[in-house]
Amino acid sequence: MGRKLLLEHINVPGINTFDVYRSKGGYRSVEKALKQLSPEEVVEEVKKSGLRGRGGAGFPTGMKWGFLAKPEGVARYLVCNADESEPGTFKDRYLMTYIPHLLIEGMIVGSYALGAKTSYIYVRGEMMPQIRILEKAIAEAKAAGFLGKNILGTGYDLELYVQPGGGAYICGEETALLESLEGKRGNPRIKPPFPAIAGLYGCPTVVNNVESIAAVVPIINDGGEEYAKIGIGRSTGTKLISAGGNLAKPGVYEIDLGLPVEEFLYSDEYCGGIANGKRLKAVVAGGSSVPILPANLFLKTAAGEGRLMSYESLADGGFATGTMMGSGGFIAFDEDQCIVRNTWNFARFYHHESCGQCSPCREGTGWMEKVLHRLEMGHGSMSDMDLLVDVSKKIEGNTICPLGDAAAWPVASAIRHFRDEFEWHVSHAGEAVTRNYGLAHYADPLPAPVQAAQ
Amino acid sequence: MLRVENTEMVPVEFSTALTDQFADIVSRYPEGKQKSALLPILHLVQAEFGWVSAPAMDKVAEYLKIQPVEVYEVATFYTMYFMRPQGKYALEVCRTGPCCLVGAETIMDHIEQKLGVKEGEVTADGLFSWRGVECLAACGFGPVLQIGPEYTFYEKLTNESVDQLIEDLKAKANN
Repeated sequence: MGRKLLLEHINVPGINTFDVYRSKGGYRSVEKALKQLSPEEVVEEVKKSGLRGRGGAGFPTGMKWGFLAKPEGVARYLVCNADESEPGTFKDRYLMTYIPHLLIEGMIVGSYALGAKTSYIYVRGEMMPQIRILEKAIAEAKAAGFLGKNILGTGYDLELYVQPGGGAYICGEETALLESLEGKRGNPRIKPPFPAIAGLYGCPTVVNNVESIAAVVPIINDGGEEYAKIGIGRSTGTKLISAGGNLAKPGVYEIDLGLPVEEFLYSDEYCGGIANGKRLKAVVAGGSSVPILPANLFLKTAAGEGRLMSYESLADGGFATGTMMGSGGFIAFDEDQCIVRNTWNFARFYHHESCGQCSPCREGTGWMEKVLHRLEMGHGSMSDMDLLVDVSKKIEGNTICPLGDAAAWPVASAIRHFRDEFEWHVSHAGEAVTRNYGLAHYADPLPAPVQAAQ
Repeated sequence: MLRVENTEMVPVEFSTALTDQFADIVSRYPEGKQKSALLPILHLVQAEFGWVSAPAMDKVAEYLKIQPVEVYEVATFYTMYFMRPQGKYALEVCRTGPCCLVGAETIMDHIEQKLGVKEGEVTADGLFSWRGVECLAACGFGPVLQIGPEYTFYEKLTNESVDQLIEDLKAKANN
């Protein structure tokens, strides 16, 4: 049974209210940080914890905080990225809905550590109910003296506001988010300068995911070293996994990083296996933009080792045979799902969400969508697969922000691992519109790893 | 003036209650950074009028002391803002991968048939419109749909639960 650092009290009735949250030890980290620790010591604890950004990139949070410029007389900002939009990911919605004070608590500690006097939580506009929940939680925390002027008599002032987005995936990219928060279109900025130097209103800014900020609470309560004891290698702590698709028990699970993938997928404590007793065909492990893997390569690495839910193990084999932890948006595909159709769906998503600023992404995502659509509809040709790979390579790395990469990877990986299914859509065009390719060999045990040359 | 599909140019007035809310939002940002209030204000305008018309955008620009084009470019960039009138209940169904794995396409077909209007159209009684939208971050509870302006969420949809929802909304509108 894994530890629960974030979701320990999630089932306590009324935990969304200040009083119940407080009675369960809530806001202890604010008392500890503001009364016993200097801002630098808070940053140090987060560095020691090894916490890596939970939004998808996996960049060490403490290091990001350490980069913040601190020029005299210039405001600094902490902005929470709650624009959760990566298909497959719904952990932040869950956390904000059921235990909003955990995020508020983390925001206060984080803002103190960074010297921010005003902080914003940028929530995607569709999450209007969660915006109301957070606003209520902020009002409660303020009434109890944890926000506003002279917090807990320490002389530290902080105002915290919730900002709604307008329904644009791109605003999950931190510089697009800042543009949006300034009331503009969500066009990512060219970096450098990084937000740590020039972010919101040109001031030094840190942008962190909801889960990263929430994780600061147990890190300060128990100490960074204790947090770092959980997990494996450079994957420390616990991680929220959004489990969706064809699972018996979809939902949000908090796991110790390093949990075997097989246990996560099949044990009753977590996903409980594939829905309706079907077999697993493929998995997207970290949100729609990470490479899709067939069941056999997902469960075991190319070297034949059981995969773990950790940054390193999921990435084992690079893009040739591995994938990424990403945001923890775990999507399972059963034997009846069509990889071509799903790849087309994702390509349409990225085309729709491209901000249009960079030509390779704006045009390339559109072409990938069109070519995938004709393949799915039975009008494709055998050269389309190479064409798609070619287009994806011309997008990847050639754009201001990572949306281009995010659009290219799912297409390239689907063709890499499921090429025969794509080819079948061409050779059996009529049949492909009425039935799916099925499981084929995608769950078969892989041949033993190639031995060193005899 | 912005060219939009709907050329309705009926002037709008903002009530004091509405501009009071605008002022509260503007107070969240530093002096001179009132443009930050644009997205939240557009949400309030849409909640009030059901969509965001060109005259309403001009009014917002006037209020925030920015150029009208700064409002148009934002309102047209973000998909949540409706550039033409919708049904009283605008059903937005998630159509992205994870929801499709659990039947979102069937749900959209069913809604189209049930309401008798295509995506983006409004029913003759003015009560309903619907459209597919991209991932709503509820992938474990799909298929899902939302209805503004409060963005109430309906999860694990079936054809039957959609029928029930539509009947309930009709009853609500008639009372």
